[in-house]
Amino acid sequence: MRLSRRQRARIFEAVARALLGTAAALVVGVAGFLLLYIAFRGIPGLSWEFLTDVPRNRGREGGIFPALVGTLYVVFGTGVLTVPLGILGGVYLSEYAPRSPSTRFIRLAVANMAGVPSIVYGLFGLAAFVLAAGIGRSVLAASLTLTCMTLPVVITATEEALRQIPADLRHAALALGASRLRTVWTVVLPAAAPGIVTGIVLGLARAAGETAPILFTGAVFQMRRLPDGPGSQFMALPYHIYTQVTSVPNWNRDLVWGTAFILVATVSAASALAAVWRSFKRRRTAW
Amino acid sequence: MTHGRPLTVARSNGRTAIRRAAEAVATGFIRVSGWTAIVVLAAIAVFLAWNSVRALREVGVGPIMVGTEWYPTSHPGKFGAAPLIVGSLLVTSIALVLCVPVGLAAAVFLSEFATRRIKEAAKAVIEFMAAIPSVVYGLVGVALVVPAVKSVFGLDSGLTALSGGIVLGIMALPTVVSISEDALHAVPSSLRHASLALGNTRWQTTYKVTIPAASSGIFAAVMLGVGRAIGETMAVLMLTGNAAVMPRTVLESVRTMTGTIAAEMGEVVQGGLHYSVLFVVGLVLFAVTFAINLAADVVLEKQRKRWGA
Amino acid sequence: MVTGLRSAVMAVSAAAWSSAEEGARVVEETSPQGSGRFELRSVSVAYGPETVIEDVTMNIPPQAVTALIGPSGCGKSTLLRCLNRMNDELGNVRVSGTIALDGQDIMARGVDPVDLRMRVGQVFQRPNPFPMSIYDNVAYGPRTQGIRRRDELDAIVEDSLRRAALWDEVKGSLKKHAFDLSGGQQQRLCIARALATHPEVLLMDEPASALDPISTQQIEDTVAELKRSVTIVIVTHNMQQAARISDQTAFMLRERLDMPARLIEVGETRKVFTNPDDPRTEAYITGRFG
Ligand SMILES: Nc1ncnc2c1ncn2[C@@H]1O[C@H](COP(=O)(O)OP(=O)(O)OP(=O)(O)O)[C@@H](O)[C@H]1O
Ligand SMILES: [Mg+2]
Repeated sequence: MRLSRRQRARIFEAVARALLGTAAALVVGVAGFLLLYIAFRGIPGLSWEFLTDVPRNRGREGGIFPALVGTLYVVFGTGVLTVPLGILGGVYLSEYAPRSPSTRFIRLAVANMAGVPSIVYGLFGLAAFVLAAGIGRSVLAASLTLTCMTLPVVITATEEALRQIPADLRHAALALGASRLRTVWTVVLPAAAPGIVTGIVLGLARAAGETAPILFTGAVFQMRRLPDGPGSQFMALPYHIYTQVTSVPNWNRDLVWGTAFILVATVSAASALAAVWRSFKRRRTAW
Repeated sequence: MTHGRPLTVARSNGRTAIRRAAEAVATGFIRVSGWTAIVVLAAIAVFLAWNSVRALREVGVGPIMVGTEWYPTSHPGKFGAAPLIVGSLLVTSIALVLCVPVGLAAAVFLSEFATRRIKEAAKAVIEFMAAIPSVVYGLVGVALVVPAVKSVFGLDSGLTALSGGIVLGIMALPTVVSISEDALHAVPSSLRHASLALGNTRWQTTYKVTIPAASSGIFAAVMLGVGRAIGETMAVLMLTGNAAVMPRTVLESVRTMTGTIAAEMGEVVQGGLHYSVLFVVGLVLFAVTFAINLAADVVLEKQRKRWGA
Repeated sequence: MVTGLRSAVMAVSAAAWSSAEEGARVVEETSPQGSGRFELRSVSVAYGPETVIEDVTMNIPPQAVTALIGPSGCGKSTLLRCLNRMNDELGNVRVSGTIALDGQDIMARGVDPVDLRMRVGQVFQRPNPFPMSIYDNVAYGPRTQGIRRRDELDAIVEDSLRRAALWDEVKGSLKKHAFDLSGGQQQRLCIARALATHPEVLLMDEPASALDPISTQQIEDTVAELKRSVTIVIVTHNMQQAARISDQTAFMLRERLDMPARLIEVGETRKVFTNPDDPRTEAYITGRFG
């Protein structure tokens, strides 16, 4: 029996819809599975001791306290450097940059920075900060390296958030005799804060989970004490997972998965909180 | 009497010379900050190149790029990086074969067929996927993919190009899905409506009108997925076995460019020849990803202009 | 109100001005600062290569309401923005001719637009309060001027809100977020915000076009009250509104799309509306085009 054009089209429609839907379900399914699997494997390893003890027996026993603190130090250092630089960069692009080839060039550079492989940042950090600048392998060198990697995220988020602010609001401030700087500082930036904060949190969360950039810039396999300043080397959660899996025979599955769970849970909780806070703020400021 | 001018306000608005100067300084600061991205990018290129000089002089571009023997610690060291380049390409290709069809199909479904709520929920889940650190992907691969590949193909070791490629494909999914979804979403709905009004079904509209209209954005999505896969380090390092030999099949161990840098940089003599060769490998990676990102960006910009978004 | 009659020849509208000025002079005696009188001479404005306004010469009398009317796109907003140099913020805008405020050329090299805008406030078409409290909105201008003392700010905020006829509605909730006010209240808040720097001139670009009739009425009442102390220039598409609240009316028209707009007629409002000099004014007012 020959099918009419209409009928054929209808069948194609149904088949296409089913196939595409399957692909989407697959992607979402993989993500959901990862979430559950990490939780399922990670939660058994969690305990108070795990969070507060130093690693023992090359990490097979004890806890991850120094790695937890080390990651916090590095993320803090990265934040201190990235937030002002990234916000200023975004402000420049949105509020000051002329419509010119040089501005286009800057945007291109920002987009490209985001695509540079993290291991290349690691190499750069080693060559520039650890060796050339003589900082040595340290929290500071790692923070500087991660700053380079996180900057484009914050710059882009800031620029986009600023663009959402209606021009009318800027004009109102300017018409009241505020200078351009004051307008940006007291009206535009506060209004754009939700989007900017979300971008910062996303960028820092990514920095917290990165291993390659800190491989040669200060992370160490094991430390009994905590880093005592920006010049100190440090343990870090992602690096801890990597070294356990690749260089400790009979690594403790529960503890390593526990570490992974802590890392993923913190990173996603921070991103989720930022997203919720933003949508809460948005409701009020629906331009 | 509340009208008129009961209050006297100084006409000077507090903008003293000092304040004006401070403002000029701050504005200057902002202008300088705008150039950070270019400075950093240029610094990366300069430092990579500078540290590569020794290797390029003593070994040469040709021998590094096409040499097939990578024995950096033998005497004298052999620095043929072709196996590493092929390893990277192989793993990346496997990842693409897996993630591009699935990722694009998912993006088309979410953009053209899914309800708003489903789309929002799916995007949130996919964002979660993007936020998982790569070392955790490596861990998941070690726990699930490596044993699975080993038993399915009856191998001695599951640390193969295929294992790395599978995990890398999953890692590149969020990039491909979200960027191509954005591209499809940017197509004006008037175009779709015009096609639907001509009696086309939704699917006909999608493949005749929407996908062609979004093709440049979809291309960019694939390019960025490639960039993400080729630059990925930790997961491949943990999954591909890292044998620096030319692979013949996907079921053999391979070593990628990124994995080589990560594994060997810790052991080399700083300033030595091996050290310098690793910078050459880094420079190649940088150049390749730079070209890929540039292509993607140029294409995206063209699309942005077209739809005026 | 609109007669459609047209007298044969009329003396220039100088008579109309002088009467407005006389009225103003009375107010001036109680006004401690500059009077807020604008004089425009051969003002032309171009966006890039395109001249959109050409050769506007007119006076804006102090302590009176001047209405700018004309069809959409004839450059009313553009002309208004010349008066506080907001055009500077738009990029490729070129203004030529002279504009003097109380005899001082505001486009002279030494004039900081920031200083000018303290004296010439603006209210926009759509209410655009800052995303902060009512109090902080009104205190924004004074704080920009460097006023930090709490009692001083309190006094300015109360006075400005009173002048904008909003005080009674918000006096108990100054800490409330400005976005929680109704559209009409937000617009009066924006007026209060502009008044807080004690400008001599207030520019209003269709301030009521986004509002309901009752809110519009309140804005009009506020304007009528304010003109005792402030010079007001208002752009409006509403002929009745222009006739109701203004003392002087200026009619602008762009006769062809490829030509810049010109000032067709300016004069005492009653005269422009009942007995315009130019047939095009009459045609516009009676609704025959535009
Ligand atoms: N920023 C700008 N850049 C280029 N052209 C502009 C700009 N703003 C306005 N114009 C042009 O200048 C002319 C006058 O615009 P303007 O907004 O002043 O008119 P208007 O009388 O206020 O119109 P409406 O009644 O619709 O508000 C218009 O042709 C407009 O297209
Ligand atoms: Mg206008």
